Amino acid sequence: MTANTPVASTDKLTKVYGDRVAVDKVTMTVRRGEVYGFLGPNGAGKTTTLRMLLGLVRPTSGTASITTGPGHVSVGALIEGPGFHPYLSGRANLRVLARHRGQSDAEVERVLARVDLAARGDDRFKGYSLGMKQRLGVAAALMGDPELIILDEPTNGLDPAGMADMRALVVDLARGGQTVLLSSHLLAEVQEICHRVGVIDDGRLLRESTVAELRGGVSLRIRATPEPEALAVAMRLAGDDGVRREADGALLLTLPADRAPDVARALVGAGVDVHEITAAERSLEEVFFEMTSQKEAVR
Amino acid sequence: MSTTTATVRSTRAELMRLRAWPAVWITLGAWLVLSVMFGYLFTYLSYTSGDPGFADEGTTQAQQLARMMPDAVPNVFLQGMPMFGGALMMVLGALVAGNGYGWGTWKTLFSQGVRRTPALLGSVAALTAVVVGTLVVTFGLDLGISLVIAASESQDVVMPSLGSVGEAAGAGFLVLEMWALLGFLLGTLARGPALSVGLGLVWALVVENLLRGVGQLLGWVESLTEVLPGTSAGSLIGAVIGIDPTSGDQTPGVLDTVPADRAAITVAVYVVLAVVTSIALVRRRDVA
Repeated sequence: MTANTPVASTDKLTKVYGDRVAVDKVTMTVRRGEVYGFLGPNGAGKTTTLRMLLGLVRPTSGTASITTGPGHVSVGALIEGPGFHPYLSGRANLRVLARHRGQSDAEVERVLARVDLAARGDDRFKGYSLGMKQRLGVAAALMGDPELIILDEPTNGLDPAGMADMRALVVDLARGGQTVLLSSHLLAEVQEICHRVGVIDDGRLLRESTVAELRGGVSLRIRATPEPEALAVAMRLAGDDGVRREADGALLLTLPADRAPDVARALVGAGVDVHEITAAERSLEEVFFEMTSQKEAVR
Repeated sequence: MSTTTATVRSTRAELMRLRAWPAVWITLGAWLVLSVMFGYLFTYLSYTSGDPGFADEGTTQAQQLARMMPDAVPNVFLQGMPMFGGALMMVLGALVAGNGYGWGTWKTLFSQGVRRTPALLGSVAALTAVVVGTLVVTFGLDLGISLVIAASESQDVVMPSLGSVGEAAGAGFLVLEMWALLGFLLGTLARGPALSVGLGLVWALVVENLLRGVGQLLGWVESLTEVLPGTSAGSLIGAVIGIDPTSGDQTPGVLDTVPADRAAITVAVYVVLAVVTSIALVRRRDVA
């Protein structure tokens, strides 16, 4: 199997509960070796999609499949919070899971160390903090070095240091050639570590692309007066669709950063006072809110 | 990986976690305490006090002593099973299956690529091992107590025949296994322990007894009660222990409603149905 080979995919995947469409014809592809961010607000259909991918929930229509390599222990997953026996220690819980999968106790020790839980491995699960429970869930997903790791909100309950550790872990997994499908609310984290993203809202996949494509590249942000003259110059340079006015009166031009001198010259030439001109890059968070608010406006 | 290999792995895993679960030991302990209390303690107190009204009303001291001797162990071993033995095993079965939903452990298993049928069969096999262990420990404890009583009362020790031990073990296994697996089925149906335990206990301890009462008035209800699990289990035990219809001393839940072979077949059918239905449900349903 080579890079770009689909590891997990869905085709017009749909789930209907009564008269509510939880997932609506979602078609997405996760490729081998990538970190795929699956984004969406609460109730958007992320977890239901992941559940169908894992076979926990039957689709109403469409298909969801995980393509596995030869000799596979192929999938490890943490879905909507960790589920373990409260009376067993973290270590014993993983050993039970290892028995089910025919894996060794050494594998349990390896993943406990990987999530930094080895020292507290003998504590009972019911005594764990939320963050420790979450880390144990991630450890379970890592057992057997699966080809595809699905993590649904893995940073829930983690403190800032734990979140940084989790981010490093995901990056490390991807470096090691494993594929990660990461569902998260933390858009800054996703922007930092994901290669591609799928944005879902109200059960529908709004967009699937690389993070860079989604953010739309670098643009120029200018503050100049008088504003009408500045706007006219900006539209002449970037086109009608290439200019966006922000709430504070600044203008965002869809132009590469190296056009800044041209823009400055044109503005000054038109008698406009330039107060600020900077290269600006939209964050994934901004794009995400823009996409979901556009959808709200259409409704 | 074959289903057999996967089932063996899951059985080992489930045994590992059941062994460490306090609920299993509490249930086993409760059964042993009740079994000893009603099997030996009250009879012994009645025997030593010479008060025939304390327990086993209408029996002589000689009869009471005979009931506590080693050759009577198969009967004592069985007599609590239709009532509280079955109820406790049903509670255990409901907890084993139901808590997997409450704690999300089935979800964890199935999302790590563990197949549903082997996982469930492994859980059933581990529960069966607990039932067998319960039978062995109970029989050993009963035999030990009866030997101590025989020695303390200077009685000759007559061991039960292998045939009677085998018959009691078979009947006891069928009855406890049936209730444990019906509990497992209820836990699976309710996807949680609380409702399944409550419903199961109400059914086993109340509803079937009420239906048997109504059955004396309505023929079709009587026919229905003959195929119910409690009636079948009670009749199977009754056939092994033997019931004296003239005696006022009847062990609760021990019946002579249905012939032994029919009762045994009905109980076995419930065992198979409980497993098959549980697997079918888990295979078909979404795991939340």
